[in-house]
Amino acid sequence: FAGLADVSISEDIPVEGEITVPVGSRSPDEDYSTLDEPVKDTILRDLKAVGKKFVHVMYPKKSSALLRDWDLWGPLVLCVSLALMLQGGSADSKDDGGPQFAEVFVIIWFGAVVITLNSKLLGGTISFFQSLCVLGYCVLPLTVAMLVCRLVLLAGSGTISFIIRLIVVAAMFGWSTLASTAFLADSQPPNRKALVVYPISLFYFVISWMILTFTPQ
Amino acid sequence: IASPVMYLLAEFDDAANLLAANPDATTISIDEPVEIPKNQHSRRQETGREEDDELLGTDDSDKTELLAGQKKSAPFWTFEYYQTFFDVDTYQVLDRIKGSVFPVPGKNFVRLYIRSNPDLYGPFWICATLVFTIAVSGNLSNFFIHLGKPTYRYVPEFRKVSIAATTIYAYAWLVPLALWGFLMWRNSKVMNIVSYSFLEIVCVYGYSLFVYIPTAILWIIPQKIVRWVLMVFSLCLSGSVLVMTFWPAVRDDNRRIALATVVTIVLLHALLAVGCL
Repeated sequence: FAGLADVSISEDIPVEGEITVPVGSRSPDEDYSTLDEPVKDTILRDLKAVGKKFVHVMYPKKSSALLRDWDLWGPLVLCVSLALMLQGGSADSKDDGGPQFAEVFVIIWFGAVVITLNSKLLGGTISFFQSLCVLGYCVLPLTVAMLVCRLVLLAGSGTISFIIRLIVVAAMFGWSTLASTAFLADSQPPNRKALVVYPISLFYFVISWMILTFTPQ
Repeated sequence: IASPVMYLLAEFDDAANLLAANPDATTISIDEPVEIPKNQHSRRQETGREEDDELLGTDDSDKTELLAGQKKSAPFWTFEYYQTFFDVDTYQVLDRIKGSVFPVPGKNFVRLYIRSNPDLYGPFWICATLVFTIAVSGNLSNFFIHLGKPTYRYVPEFRKVSIAATTIYAYAWLVPLALWGFLMWRNSKVMNIVSYSFLEIVCVYGYSLFVYIPTAILWIIPQKIVRWVLMVFSLCLSGSVLVMTFWPAVRDDNRRIALATVVTIVLLHALLAVGCL
């Protein structure tokens, strides 16, 4: 290798730079990495987010939390519990019974998708999953109504219980529609608001009808 | 063809009259120059020309087809293409519904309301509402018929919803498809027939179904006479909208075929009414 001794770096090309590896930049990363935290923390954080959204639905104010951090856990839990509670309806024959689990599930999710598509096609500025999130969360009052109806039906199924159920379901239907309208109406063009609100009220009306006509075995 | 200037003046006169009658009315400002000839068509029928032109607008139908084609320029795989089918405001939808419930003899529904802008919002949501209305009111009427009988227990017949949905959506989409195909075929044989685009036919059928919604609600009343009267009345109303729309399209054709077409339209509509109610 004698020839290598003659190799020299030309002085025209400046060589600059740092060779040291930076050490001190780990601390900002620790805040974003949730891989090392205990599982309880992760679950509790998500549960708290879902619970906060439930509170937002029950007291609808113009908050952007529901829209900004959308998640579909709440709608899934509500839909499954509503469909489970609607089971066990009376059926003399296969054709006359109430809606089955799959029918409730499909109506809620397919209905929410269709309404979201409708509002987007009419020129809404809300994103697809945000709208699904709001529509799913606003089923909460109707799930509460279903719970109350089942409790009332345990006590008896005469005319008085029907009137109580009717009042409760009607009130919760109004609450759901108002809550979802409060969140969704702002994102629509102003002269099409009624065109967007009507399918939402139809959707909740169908769910209310399923709840009201539930008769136990 | 008379000069376009005359029609522009007539259009301004009519607009001024309408505004004078109702100063609070919202007016549409027309941006594109392309839109003006289309509005001339709907204005022309209000200047008192004979009934033929009111219903036909023959020599402008070609132009209108071209102009309508220019509007939807987005390719069909983009979202914007489908947004053009929902380009309606609340008052437009309400106007179209009013036009379907109170058919004015001599005014063609398509020309008056839709020629500029067929939409899919009306047909889709009117059909959805009709499906649920029929299911709910069918259930309720069963309940009232059997009320008081000790052996009756209320059952929510949820299966009705799926049957009603299939029937109504099939009617609202397949029959316009068949009718459109038939009209296209006849159009190739007899040249001067007014041609409607597929969307316009779907629109007319969708909006004509609207009158069945209050009928279905009133169907809860268990009296047979009331039901029959209601059904015949609603059939006449919505059938007349359809007949007035499609009569100009087929009347230039062979007499028998024209009659057969119109009778088939009315018959299918009646079948739907009887079957669903």
